[in-house]
Amino acid sequence: MTAAATKSTAHSIVEASPRAKAFASGLVILYAVITILPLLWIVATAFKSQSDAIAYPPKVIFEPTLEGYVNLFTVRTRQTPDFIAKLPPPQTWYDKLVRQRDMVIAGPSKVVPRFVNSLIIGFGSTFLAVFLGTLAAYAFSRFRIPLADDLLFFILSTRMMPPVAVAIPIYLMYRQLNLTDTRLGMILLYTAVNVSLAVWLLKGFIDEIPREYEEAALVDGYTRLQALRKVVLPQAVTGIAATAIFCLIFSWNEYAFAVLLTSGEAQTMPPFIPFIIGEGGQDWPAVAAATTLFVVPIVMFTVLLRKHLLRGITFGAVRK
Amino acid sequence: MAQIRIENLRKSFDQFTAVEGSTFTIDDGTFFAMLGPSGCGKTTTLRMIAGLELPTEGKILLDGEDVTFHRAAARDIAFVFQLFALYPHMNVGENIGFPLKCQGMGRREIRERVQETARMLRIEHLLSSKTSKLSGGDRQRVALGRAMVRRPKAFLMDEPLGALDAEFRHLMCGELRDLHDRIKATTVYVTHDQLEAMSMADQIAVMNRGRVEQIGTPQEVYDRPASMFVADFIGSPPMNFLRFEGGLRSGDRAVSFHDTRLAVPEIREDRANAPLALGVRPEHIRFADTGAVRGEVFGAEYLGTTQIVTVDTAYGRVAARLSSSASVRIGENIGLEFNAERLALFDIGSGLAIRTANGEGPRHG
Repeated sequence: MTAAATKSTAHSIVEASPRAKAFASGLVILYAVITILPLLWIVATAFKSQSDAIAYPPKVIFEPTLEGYVNLFTVRTRQTPDFIAKLPPPQTWYDKLVRQRDMVIAGPSKVVPRFVNSLIIGFGSTFLAVFLGTLAAYAFSRFRIPLADDLLFFILSTRMMPPVAVAIPIYLMYRQLNLTDTRLGMILLYTAVNVSLAVWLLKGFIDEIPREYEEAALVDGYTRLQALRKVVLPQAVTGIAATAIFCLIFSWNEYAFAVLLTSGEAQTMPPFIPFIIGEGGQDWPAVAAATTLFVVPIVMFTVLLRKHLLRGITFGAVRK
Repeated sequence: MAQIRIENLRKSFDQFTAVEGSTFTIDDGTFFAMLGPSGCGKTTTLRMIAGLELPTEGKILLDGEDVTFHRAAARDIAFVFQLFALYPHMNVGENIGFPLKCQGMGRREIRERVQETARMLRIEHLLSSKTSKLSGGDRQRVALGRAMVRRPKAFLMDEPLGALDAEFRHLMCGELRDLHDRIKATTVYVTHDQLEAMSMADQIAVMNRGRVEQIGTPQEVYDRPASMFVADFIGSPPMNFLRFEGGLRSGDRAVSFHDTRLAVPEIREDRANAPLALGVRPEHIRFADTGAVRGEVFGAEYLGTTQIVTVDTAYGRVAARLSSSASVRIGENIGLEFNAERLALFDIGSGLAIRTANGEGPRHG
């Protein structure tokens, strides 16, 4: 049948009807609204005043303030109006904002070091998991490894229970090794959890790359390692990007181990955020501000790699 | 350029033996085809020559130097893959220049060599294109360019035309042979397509189940097959086998075929009574009422200048190649006459050819 003939058919099996298309887009939009709405609510809450944040019924229209962000980044003490009046005039806009509430800034809060911890631990463990995963996946994909299937199953089996199920043994082990509340400890832990996912995902991607490419490079003068670096990796880049995103999302968001194993030095954002306390309880605008900032890196990372991610997830589904 | 010598090469994977003790020499400048059905060990042999696979036993010598356990890169050979294996993240020029880059050659020299190679293959205009935009034939030319650019000792090609469509394959066959005649490089060419092997090769090694059954020129392999496998694998339709039992005496010029005597080329060995097969190529059969073997026409396949007529005889179905002008009626009872000088005899037990004036029987390189 010619292309023209296909087009003229009332119900083409290849092309969706306008109604089907409308239905599909409607569904996608609905899903997008459902997932994006909470995020927007958080972003909005960060700009509310404390009372607006807990107002009932919830306020959609409000007067924006940066109080939440100021509270997030600072530690404040309440003073009498007399004391504040005696102080020299406020140096900055946030000084002014705080004094309007009869308070003075006592110093910076812990949010910056916590955020830095999250960045170091999240990206560090992702890098390590992807690096080790790539090497292991390459070996599994290309070499005859005795008991390869059993080993792969063993690697996968580490993910068959929730990681938190082994929280207590890990806690005891970490205490013995002095790894509790250290960045190194957290990086190792997240790497250990992620590396199995990385091996499996990347093995699939590397399997898809014909070995002829490396073999051609081997014959042409490269060593195995050079062939891996210069020929295989450039082609596996989509898979690596997809794997990196999955690993980062896990280690960035991980809460249970972070609560259990970190308290000070190495604390990441997830256990930090819920305990941002203001006067008389939870400081919701500050919590929302922290959450907003916490979400930004992962959104950026995903947006930057989204092309690879899409291609990565569907990789191998269709042969080019 | 180089001579390649294979000595007692054997390769097993776990339980399975892919290549069993083959020994042969590929002379400098020869276009050598390894032909056989899939799984016969031809590709494994080629990969061992390339250094992509290590042999379980045996030796590989390149120009007399033992390279059996050398790294692929240290052998100075080039490999052309069936799927071309052009690097998708590089353009045509970069692909061709890649082996030189691996060797650490300067940019300027690489550019010159790439230009020169591209000129030879007539793909100069494609140098800056993406490989994904190329047609199958052009991809193959680029793959050849990448192999040639380094001026290696030998070319190894693993079914390089396998991924092309039939029309293009024919064209590339001609180009490959032409290229070989110009650069005179020792070439080992693996294929399962007898037409490719026959039309291009100086020497053909027919392989089966990990063994080399016969090595010879295309004419030798076709006219004097060393075994029933070779006789059956080469030729389309393949050689007919007519089974009978009998003994053979050296010097005889005829055999007792069932109730009659059939003229054959002079027999050169003695044989006790055993199941034998008379091998006859379809083009060596004529229809004649005096023919010793009679049968009924089963069907005819028209091929333009010739036709393949299949005849049901008491000894099995026989295919004959006749001029297409000959008229045959299906169901007609006819006699078959064989061209006595071109007949072959095989021992069914071993599958090997019996020595006659026409063929000297099994020979291994």
